[in-house]
Amino acid sequence: MALQVEAQELKFRDPARARELAQALEREVKAIGRSPVNVMHVCGSHEQAIARFGLRAAFPRDLSVIMGPGCPVCVTDTPEVDEAVALAAMGARVCTYGDMLKLPGAQKSLGDAQADGGKVEVVYSVSQAVEVAKRHPLEQVVFFASGFETTAVATAAVLLAGVPDNFSVLSSHKYVPAAMEVVSAMPETHIEGYIAAGHAAIITGWEIFVPFARKTGAPVVVAGFEPLDVLAALVKLVELIKERRPEVANMYPRCVTREGNQPAQEKLWKVFQTTTGDWRGIARVPSGNLDLRPEWAHVDARKRFRIDTSLVGGKVENELAKQCLCGDIMSGLKNPHDCKLFGKECRPDSPVGACMVSSEGACRIWHQYGGIPDLREVG
Amino acid sequence: MAGPDRVALKHGAGGRAMRALIEDVFLPLGGPVDGVGLSAMDDGAALRVGDQWLVVTTDSHVVQPIFFPGGDIGRISVCGTVNDLAMMGATEPLGLTCAVVIEEGFPREALERIRDSMKRACEEAGVTIVTGDTKVMGKGEVDGIVLNTAGFALARRIVRDDGLRPGDRIIVTGTVGDHGMAVMTRRRDLQIEGDLRSDVAPLNGLVRAALQAGGEAVVAMKDPTRGGLASVLHEFAQKAKVGVVLDGPSVPVTHEVQAAAEMLGIDPLVVANEGKAVLGVRPEAVDRVLAALRAHPQGRRAAVVGTAVAERPGNVILDTGLGRRLLAESDGEPLPRIC
Repeated sequence: MALQVEAQELKFRDPARARELAQALEREVKAIGRSPVNVMHVCGSHEQAIARFGLRAAFPRDLSVIMGPGCPVCVTDTPEVDEAVALAAMGARVCTYGDMLKLPGAQKSLGDAQADGGKVEVVYSVSQAVEVAKRHPLEQVVFFASGFETTAVATAAVLLAGVPDNFSVLSSHKYVPAAMEVVSAMPETHIEGYIAAGHAAIITGWEIFVPFARKTGAPVVVAGFEPLDVLAALVKLVELIKERRPEVANMYPRCVTREGNQPAQEKLWKVFQTTTGDWRGIARVPSGNLDLRPEWAHVDARKRFRIDTSLVGGKVENELAKQCLCGDIMSGLKNPHDCKLFGKECRPDSPVGACMVSSEGACRIWHQYGGIPDLREVG
Repeated sequence: MAGPDRVALKHGAGGRAMRALIEDVFLPLGGPVDGVGLSAMDDGAALRVGDQWLVVTTDSHVVQPIFFPGGDIGRISVCGTVNDLAMMGATEPLGLTCAVVIEEGFPREALERIRDSMKRACEEAGVTIVTGDTKVMGKGEVDGIVLNTAGFALARRIVRDDGLRPGDRIIVTGTVGDHGMAVMTRRRDLQIEGDLRSDVAPLNGLVRAALQAGGEAVVAMKDPTRGGLASVLHEFAQKAKVGVVLDGPSVPVTHEVQAAAEMLGIDPLVVANEGKAVLGVRPEAVDRVLAALRAHPQGRRAAVVGTAVAERPGNVILDTGLGRRLLAESDGEPLPRIC
């Protein structure tokens, strides 16, 4: 892997431009004249940018930027993990992305299943899982697929290109627009506007959010992932809130178009359909899951195997887990700091809840970058 | 997997977990001394001998790969010990010891290369090896080779690592992250364009120049090895009970290290260095010390990177240029063992 080293600073990290945007944000929030103004982003990568660059300390005091259900690992539900653990217990070779290994099921994680002697492999892409299937032609290889629209397209493309007979997919892919609807309907959230994830919008296009904005009265701004992308998107979002315009703005035009990547969408919907399912800690989300269409039953692990989750089921009463606030954090009702376990009993090397497991989880991100986001008073 | 009652790799990574292990297990070994003893958890000990201090330090060295761009385990073993002495203010080492544990089957040619490298580093530092010990262990009982070096020196004044007070400035003597990134990219076989090399070097000459210029106004020193600059600043802040504001954009980092760091998702601030020092300096002497460092070939990229403050004692606040956050102390998670 060769890398061209840039001689100049990245233009998306220019401190002078950041200061201008922070001042513009302050002006727009003041002009609204109420406190707090609540906005939500639904992407772990946005939280990464905000936390890593310390942006919360530069946000106006009256603006509350909340992280919503933006991490596919965090929202993968316990029974879905149990299905994967059961498949491993039944002798299948289960391939999945790294963070999924630590995600707790009712009793066990896939990491535990591996420690028990189960065949579990970490892969970096669905194609790598197909390679595993080719290397082990006498075994059943199941790809435990997680992720939103973006990774679901990759899964779809691989299936459309043809896979070996011993390969199947256990889908826990999720569809973000559906979860935004659920969160916006929660009376306790009071979200006034949304930052939508740029990479998902590359696939879906920005127009997909228009009906949502009209229905909920909350504007949506599509944003990229550099710190200045996030700041600029917030300025635009607060301006739309101030002017009471429930519209969609695209602040990531270098990557996102109105209609999105249509060949990718075609692939996605040829293979997947939306179904109603539970998102861990949040709620039952109508049209929130991406399941394989009936015509793909031959590669659908749920259809192909009788998955006996009683092999791994049975709820364990865990005193610590009962205190975990992951559900409230993913719904935007609480932040990681409100959780008594944060940074104490719950740490990246000993996570209690799903949000501390994944590098896209809110708790993990806050912990990685120091834990306390508001440092306006120092120095 | 190591449970809470087992030692894990993170306990050797120079961060919070390692400090807790040392405090729990090894500190009871120490006792009161006239000077700096084990309980200070400084770079070495300082024992009073007449009107001077005898400074003593010891270090074991394991690194994979053993040879890497810019250095090898032999060079690290000499420089690490010379630097630990220098960080106590002892820049004229009297001698070093060297104990070697070798795995059966280790190539003799590699051993001789390591010896030659140690000899060259000793010459640069103006010191010699005065005694040693050799052990050979069976195949698989040790990973290649382990070197232990100890050093001793006399000093009129020692510099500790707890001397900061609000208003003091923090200087780093050059770019950070070079050693760790060189080793990591070599280990993972990543090819970064440009020259990604370890900075491993003896720092006693550079530190001598800084102390001559700053004198008593140099109030804290430490070399940012495991855990990197972040770990050193946490130690400074916790021991002196001050906050430290680190000005991120002014921390010198080469473009190659920055690129590798972005690619691997690792913060150069938590990456190890083997040829850099971090100094706490009273504000009135900052310009003098900085000029002396920059006049030395090893300190050309020295920079003032931070300030001690009264707020948030024990914490390090990172100003990213775009905002501010607490700088988390390394937990040893992202880093493989590198020194």
